[in-house]
Amino acid sequence: MKSLKAAGHPFSVSTRQLAHLHAGNSDQFSRRLAEIGLSPLKPTQIEIFQINVGKMCNQTCKHCHVDAGPDRKEIMTRETLTQCLEILATHAIPVVDITGGAPEMNPHFRWFVEEAHKLGKHIIDRCNLTILLANPKYHDLPQFLAAHQVEVVSSLPHYTAMRTDRQRGDGVFEKSIRAMQMLNEAGYGQENSGLELNLVYNPTGAILPGPQGELEEDFKRHLYQEHGIRFNKLYVITNMPISRFLDFLVVSGNYEAYMQKLIDAFNPSAAMGVMCRNTLSIGWDGALYDCDFNQMLDIKIKDAPAHLDDFDLDALSQRNIQVDQHCYGCTAGLGSSCGGQVV
Amino acid sequence: METYYNPADLAKFGSIGEFDKELADKFFTYYGDVFKEGALTAREKSLIALAVAHAIQCPYCIDAYTQDTLEKGCNEEQLMEAVHVAAAIRGGASLVHGVQMMNHAKKVLM
Ligand code: SF4
Ligand code: SF4
Repeated sequence: MKSLKAAGHPFSVSTRQLAHLHAGNSDQFSRRLAEIGLSPLKPTQIEIFQINVGKMCNQTCKHCHVDAGPDRKEIMTRETLTQCLEILATHAIPVVDITGGAPEMNPHFRWFVEEAHKLGKHIIDRCNLTILLANPKYHDLPQFLAAHQVEVVSSLPHYTAMRTDRQRGDGVFEKSIRAMQMLNEAGYGQENSGLELNLVYNPTGAILPGPQGELEEDFKRHLYQEHGIRFNKLYVITNMPISRFLDFLVVSGNYEAYMQKLIDAFNPSAAMGVMCRNTLSIGWDGALYDCDFNQMLDIKIKDAPAHLDDFDLDALSQRNIQVDQHCYGCTAGLGSSCGGQVV
Repeated sequence: METYYNPADLAKFGSIGEFDKELADKFFTYYGDVFKEGALTAREKSLIALAVAHAIQCPYCIDAYTQDTLEKGCNEEQLMEAVHVAAAIRGGASLVHGVQMMNHAKKVLM
């Protein structure tokens, strides 16, 4: 499967996605926020520095909001990563969240993790699991990550092979199981090891996710009984109506119903806890965004310098967050963020 | 094309209050309470609803509870097993009347 970009798909242009989200949609997200006194949306405190180190990935999942894949060449340079480290060294931002693509494919990944670890930061690697088996050079990643106390957050859309492979590609489930076993062997997910392996569930289709607690129990039971795998938490995430998932919604005739479902499920408490309030998102080229979704829609930060070159934490803390119709994905039901449900 | 069943009508269910608000309100409150987590989990109740929807062959309920069971984390096998429960009860309900048929036949025949 090709990325939307390589296929020359209209949705590879972010303005076309936004136009689709705006068409026939009168229920403006910003107005909903205003009704509950949350407009303009402001950051609470910037605690998470989420760096998208590149769009290259060994997989091409059908729902990917990054439109990542082996054919994407955008990757963060060592210079930009150095800029990130300089900012992290001089600002009290405790968490470094590394995402992609497959972040481990960035040639400077290990060096960056070592340096961020020296700064005493809590590091998160959003690892797609199969990368651990993609090439012998990645086989020792579990030990490397463990040595640097990196929290591993990995997508596993379902505990059955059928559902997982349908979203992520044939054979992905089996490889993911093997990868989780490798992480377990390195101490991840084991009691008192201090090494966290958290999984991400997102529905395999145009449905909203159920409550995190129940799904976590299901995942724990099935993965342990059938594969002997242990993990810490299950983060339940709603699929955002952008990029490849937006394409799926439109092609399958689910777009209107799904959008309406998100709108009807708007939850003020979830809106209070949206992740852009404590997260800053950095693009592969050093540009700054309110979140990884805005990054993919090319909605840059306003009211503060929007690049690492002129990083200004005070201005960023005062800024108005840029919201649009896709934000309904973060506020539906129990809410959704990179750390799972928010209420 | 005009049809008796229109998928868009499901979303208008609430509008039945237009002709009789009091009874509609009572029904929807009752309905909401029935599906709350209780001695049965919300997920178990949703699966029962899916089976009943098939037994009574209500297309609105089939759409609604297919979506709801999936959202509650059920998988395809569980959905299909629920439908088979409905089919078994419906089939069994017909077949068990065979005893009545046999009783009558034995009575009237020499
Ligand atoms: S969802 Fe993750 S693993 Fe899948 S293509 Fe996108 S970045 Fe790669
Ligand atoms: S999509 Fe981004 S900007 Fe919108 S609410 Fe979610 S985190 Fe915030």
